Amino acid sequence: MLDGKVPGGPLAEKWDKHRFELKLVNPANKRKFTIIVVGTGLAGGAAAASFGELGYNVKSFCIQDTPRRAHSIAAQGGINAAKNYTNDGDSVWRLFYDTIKGGDFRSREGNVFRLAQVSNNIIDQCVAQGVPFARDYSGGLANRSFGGAQVSRTFYARGQTGQQLLLGAYSALSRQIKAGKVKMFTRREMVEVVIVDGKARGIIVRNVTTGEIERHEADAVVLATGGYGNAFYLSTNAVACNVGAALKCYRKGAYFANPCFTQIHPTCIPVHGDYQSKLTLMSESLRNDGRVWVPKNAGDKRAAHEIPESERYYYLEERYPSFGNLVPRDVASRNAKDVCDKGLGVGPTGLAVYLDFTDAINRDGKDVVEKKYGNLFEMYERIVDDNPYEKPMMIYPASHYAMGGLWVDYDLMTNIPGLFATGECNFSDHGANRLGASALMQGLADGYFVIPYTIGGYLATSRLQKVTTDHAAFKEAENAAKENINKLMTINGNRTAENFHKELGLIVWDYCGMARTEEGLKGAIEKIKTLRDEFWQNVKVTGSEKEVNRSLESAIRVADYMEFAELMCTDALNRAESCGCHLRLESQTDDGEALRKDSEFSYVAAWEYSGYGKDPVLHKEALTFENVQLSQRSYK
Amino acid sequence: MTNNINITLKVWRQKNENAQGSFETYKADNISVDMSFLEMLDIVNEQLILADKDPIAFDNDCREGICGMCGCVVNGRAHGPEKATTLCQLHMRKFKDGDTIVIEPWRAKAFRVIQDLIVDRSPLDKIIQAGGYVSVNTGGGGEANQLRIPNELAEKAMDAAACIGCGACVAACPNASAMLFTSAKISQLALLPQGHPERAIRALGMLREHDACGFGNCSNERECEAACPKEITIVNIARLNREFIKAGFGSEVM
Repeated sequence: MLDGKVPGGPLAEKWDKHRFELKLVNPANKRKFTIIVVGTGLAGGAAAASFGELGYNVKSFCIQDTPRRAHSIAAQGGINAAKNYTNDGDSVWRLFYDTIKGGDFRSREGNVFRLAQVSNNIIDQCVAQGVPFARDYSGGLANRSFGGAQVSRTFYARGQTGQQLLLGAYSALSRQIKAGKVKMFTRREMVEVVIVDGKARGIIVRNVTTGEIERHEADAVVLATGGYGNAFYLSTNAVACNVGAALKCYRKGAYFANPCFTQIHPTCIPVHGDYQSKLTLMSESLRNDGRVWVPKNAGDKRAAHEIPESERYYYLEERYPSFGNLVPRDVASRNAKDVCDKGLGVGPTGLAVYLDFTDAINRDGKDVVEKKYGNLFEMYERIVDDNPYEKPMMIYPASHYAMGGLWVDYDLMTNIPGLFATGECNFSDHGANRLGASALMQGLADGYFVIPYTIGGYLATSRLQKVTTDHAAFKEAENAAKENINKLMTINGNRTAENFHKELGLIVWDYCGMARTEEGLKGAIEKIKTLRDEFWQNVKVTGSEKEVNRSLESAIRVADYMEFAELMCTDALNRAESCGCHLRLESQTDDGEALRKDSEFSYVAAWEYSGYGKDPVLHKEALTFENVQLSQRSYK
Repeated sequence: MTNNINITLKVWRQKNENAQGSFETYKADNISVDMSFLEMLDIVNEQLILADKDPIAFDNDCREGICGMCGCVVNGRAHGPEKATTLCQLHMRKFKDGDTIVIEPWRAKAFRVIQDLIVDRSPLDKIIQAGGYVSVNTGGGGEANQLRIPNELAEKAMDAAACIGCGACVAACPNASAMLFTSAKISQLALLPQGHPERAIRALGMLREHDACGFGNCSNERECEAACPKEITIVNIARLNREFIKAGFGSEVM
């Protein structure tokens, strides 16, 4: 059994007690330590800035041209905190409970409680930085209810909360760059992690503009490289989001936890052609007023307004009378796929359902609807060229967030000493499903308020020897990276990496998406293996590795996904229960709802690499709940 | 709903900073009008790769108009013909069958060309590093709601803070000035009380860095405002000027 090293004692005292027990690094000694931070999203940017302020030497890496662009920037909705400014009964305990329950009881009590505790510090910090949160007319911070929460605990900055929080972290980081405490390396992609004497001591990166392979040494390595939603090819993630850095760590022995836990978001703009490169999320607040429906009869190709009320199937309202259109993300997504699989889908591809605002407009007036959703309607019209005030929107689910990630203990350290994982790239806080407005919270909690303490405890007690980049381990890691690139450059086959990625994504979507079966997953693993073999025989990369080369970058990432997709399916196959975002068809209640199996699967599945093409080894971390009562969700 | 168009692209190709660049012509046939501009470039690149040629290098990431990474001059206009639209949010339905589309990188003295359509915008980071922040360490903020900020001030600060740092304002300006970019950050922090203690040192520091990076001066052409995908207005430049004058004459930090 794996040990998450959650401190003992009452839940509410664990973090305070642990912070006190962590050894401190003497202020004069902090400058003797170098920390590498990979990624400059909320988790990485906040961590690098905070380390710099504490006096550590920091090397920060990002794949984009500047640390202000990481995909945290795209988060629209908001950030939760247990401030209880609205006096509606919120508390640290309630935020903790909602997050544990929302994760369908597949996350650690200790970590989630700490997350809820530091949520309030985050808001204080961001306001001090000058983040322009929305305010009410008395000048206080405004809150709204989000994602079905029964209290108003979400802070927001228009529809651009992620952007404003990221720019806050970026400004703090910029200050440390100016102060000389953080050295910034942009346009770098991590291609290897370097382990010396069992500890993480550096990374190998590829400079994506010159192709140069660089070695960087440090006393600890912090990954903040985001999620792997692009395994599905089509997702709401940015183009550069990839699993590469995390997968390289997995290959060096770091456990990968719950890779099958991914969130499929119900309200995205549907796919309209095979050329499509990404899917755009529409805030789920739209479901507060929009009614979801499809035609009752398969193959009904009439325009929406020509279909009479009696021939419309408001499937969420009919199937879930008490929650209706506001059922949680997973239920909404699964039902959309279900009606489309039955041939009831609309639009040119048949892979879409209507989200209709006609009733809301008739009830509240166009002005009110426009005030609430104007920017979203505009965004929709820009992409689809339809006016949602006149024609119902079309939506479809898409891959959005990865709850799984590198396994970490309470200190956010992987099982490799000195290798830490923060934000979306670890698995720790969201269990099998993430609640709305909690991704930003977790990224900043990890970066500002958890890892600055825990990394000190590691550095103070580890007696690290000096390591330089001349060490054999760096040479070996560099050679492995170069060999991989050479191999990709010389295959010279007939298919582009993008083309392979699309096929791979479709397999993952069909068999390891919202609904899964044992048979489907077994078949998917075989399909992935076959496709992977073809990839290594037939991928085509042109140009030189010594310049900006999109075909090479894409091939490096797709090669990683070819391996990772199998791990996702392996994990999904093992978890023979319905849980969080996923329905396992063999595990349903009599009336067709998700059935969780706590007696068999109340554990974190952490996978250990055992060699290329070999079956990984499963390690289990038992999940015990001392403070909450496990319950089955019901939205009927 | 769907229909397809055939277009001709003239794309700036340049191996690296020191190489001589030139326009190359490509045919892009059977392009769905529902495609985004970058998806159209993806298609062209896929065809180039299969024909053993180097794909066109261009910057992009989120493809939903918020990260600020994409941007080229399309038919002489930064981010193309649509108002308040980043290149990734521009769709091919805005073009006609048979059109010729000219695509160039941002051109400015301060932005060196890295390759093809990619330029180095790191001077914008340098401007922020010169003071575009509130100097507060992690944990140093007080209780958030102790600070009351009038709603309309917060909204104005948000208008300025919406800048995505794409550099279109620089590309559009005949002087290749980054005043709109610089003024957006200075405005945000000058409007909010959190920014007040450092407002003078900030205005002076950021403007010095702006000039040192080789950006030109503002001569009120208003091209920046017209090109800005986030509709940042030149009111911010007026604020910047006030901050600069106040900092110069009235402050102890000079």
